[in-house]
Amino acid sequence: MGMRHRISPRVLEKVAFGGLWVAAGVVVVPVFGVIAYMLVKGFGALRLDMFAVSTEGLLPAIVGSSALVLLTGLIAAPLGVAAAVYLTEYAHEGRLVRLIRLAIVNLAGVPSVVYGLFGLALFVMLLGFGRCLLAGACTLALLVLPLVISTSEEALRQVPHHLRQASWALGATRWQTIRRIVLPNAFPGIITGLILSIGRAAGETAPILFTAAFYSLTHPFPRSVFDEILVLPYQLFVMATEAPDVTLEEKWATAFVLVALVVGLNIAAIVLRARLRKARRW
Amino acid sequence: MAKRDLKRTRREAAEWLVERGNQIAGIIAIVFVLLIFVFLLDNALPVLKGYPLSELLGGRRWSPTFEPPKFGMLPLILGSLYVTAGALVLSVPLGLACAVFIAEVAPKQAREILKPAVELLAAIPSVVFGFLGMLLIGPWLAGKLSLPVGQFAALGSLILAFMALPTIVSVSEDAIRAVPVALRQSSLALGATRWQTICRVVLPAGRSGIIAAVMLGLGRAIGETMTVLMVTGNAAVIPQGFMGFLRPVRTMTATIAAEMGETAFRGEHYHALFAVGLILLIITFITNTIADVVVRRAGRLK
Repeated sequence: MGMRHRISPRVLEKVAFGGLWVAAGVVVVPVFGVIAYMLVKGFGALRLDMFAVSTEGLLPAIVGSSALVLLTGLIAAPLGVAAAVYLTEYAHEGRLVRLIRLAIVNLAGVPSVVYGLFGLALFVMLLGFGRCLLAGACTLALLVLPLVISTSEEALRQVPHHLRQASWALGATRWQTIRRIVLPNAFPGIITGLILSIGRAAGETAPILFTAAFYSLTHPFPRSVFDEILVLPYQLFVMATEAPDVTLEEKWATAFVLVALVVGLNIAAIVLRARLRKARRW
Repeated sequence: MAKRDLKRTRREAAEWLVERGNQIAGIIAIVFVLLIFVFLLDNALPVLKGYPLSELLGGRRWSPTFEPPKFGMLPLILGSLYVTAGALVLSVPLGLACAVFIAEVAPKQAREILKPAVELLAAIPSVVFGFLGMLLIGPWLAGKLSLPVGQFAALGSLILAFMALPTIVSVSEDAIRAVPVALRQSSLALGATRWQTICRVVLPAGRSGIIAAVMLGLGRAIGETMTVLMVTGNAAVIPQGFMGFLRPVRTMTATIAAEMGETAFRGEHYHALFAVGLILLIITFITNTIADVVVRRAGRLK
């Protein structure tokens, strides 16, 4: 005796697994539902005249966002790839490497608005860039640096070690091996990581609030890196919260363009990665 | 002979230079972490010196534009804690369930729908979440709950829960997958069901990774800015009890984002906002370091 009346483990398993299916549904249904709603509503709201050249609106914001993320990539790429090369090709596990890794983890965790404060204090004020394209790009480059480093590192680590050994055996130096063997083989992965990073930068608002973004300008397009710019995420934020004479259509259309840009960059990176994986020789 | 030697020395010098160059790029990461701390501290200092810490951290009124100004950060800190705690209560069980589902239970087709959905969540900019919260989810939820306003703490928690999901799912999925298959097989061989194996073997074995997932999700939620600024109503009042979730609150991040644009450069208010940023930075630094240490220790045990 002494057997207590209990639910059989088999039944319990069925119930629990059912719960897991429900959890998955709770994520999938609203996510795809809301995003589909937004895409349909936003695409329907798009009108050709929204893309007219003006001092506020979609076209200058698209140009401003593109300039901002390209400059961000230009600043973050050499720094991030060099750091990744150091971590994978040169460094031995030790105190310095541990410190660098801890720094990268913490950089990745700094809240985006704190990057904004830092960019304001360093780039806008101390270095005297002012609120402009360059200050915003420097701030965003710092924000995506951990992502650039970690994706580049992954790409470098995937290059098989025997390729390096073969190169060394032929008498090539470390740097010759890196430049002619490792980097070319890791290049597709590095580019994929860079596109992902740029996609991340394109959607960020808080870091550029005080460092780059304006809602309307005297000149629609930036002519130098020290010019102020319009960017899509900030445009959407002001339209949604403050701007008085904006129609609902314009708001949804702006949201659509922003999501299309960011998700488009992400999909481009994923497709590129899949294709390059297939084409890999080893 | 001498010429070849010269060439060799030059090449060695070049090698040395390249290695140092790459090393410096790595060290720059450390330098910027320190710089962020130094700049925030430096810009917060005038307010930290001018007001006792107990008044800043424990003060119940944040009214920076009044005369005399009050820089009590308690409403902002509690506002952040409310929104973040609400988000974690929703996203930790949901995220863990999704991770277990993906790693242990789901058939391939289900996995290939859920994983892109979670990745899509990670790709959507926070300002878009805020926009959807303001125009779509807020009014709908307020109607359902018959609330007077469409912007309140729980709305921020709900949306943040979805935003923290990708971090929680991917980190805990990795932790679950890292549990050796032999452990699962031993448990199943002893007659345990798959669910018993998940609950009593897999999850305890992946514990440290799951703790790291929660810490990283916490850091993500407490640092989130635009969404919270747009959907939580921005009332700098101290939230009280459970009803606090249904009223507007104001977080630390939203305060910085909303007020920095309108304040005088190097005024007291400006420095006070840097002090808020410094507190935020310290909180995220602690959560990230805990996550890092927990993961590292687990790695060493294996």
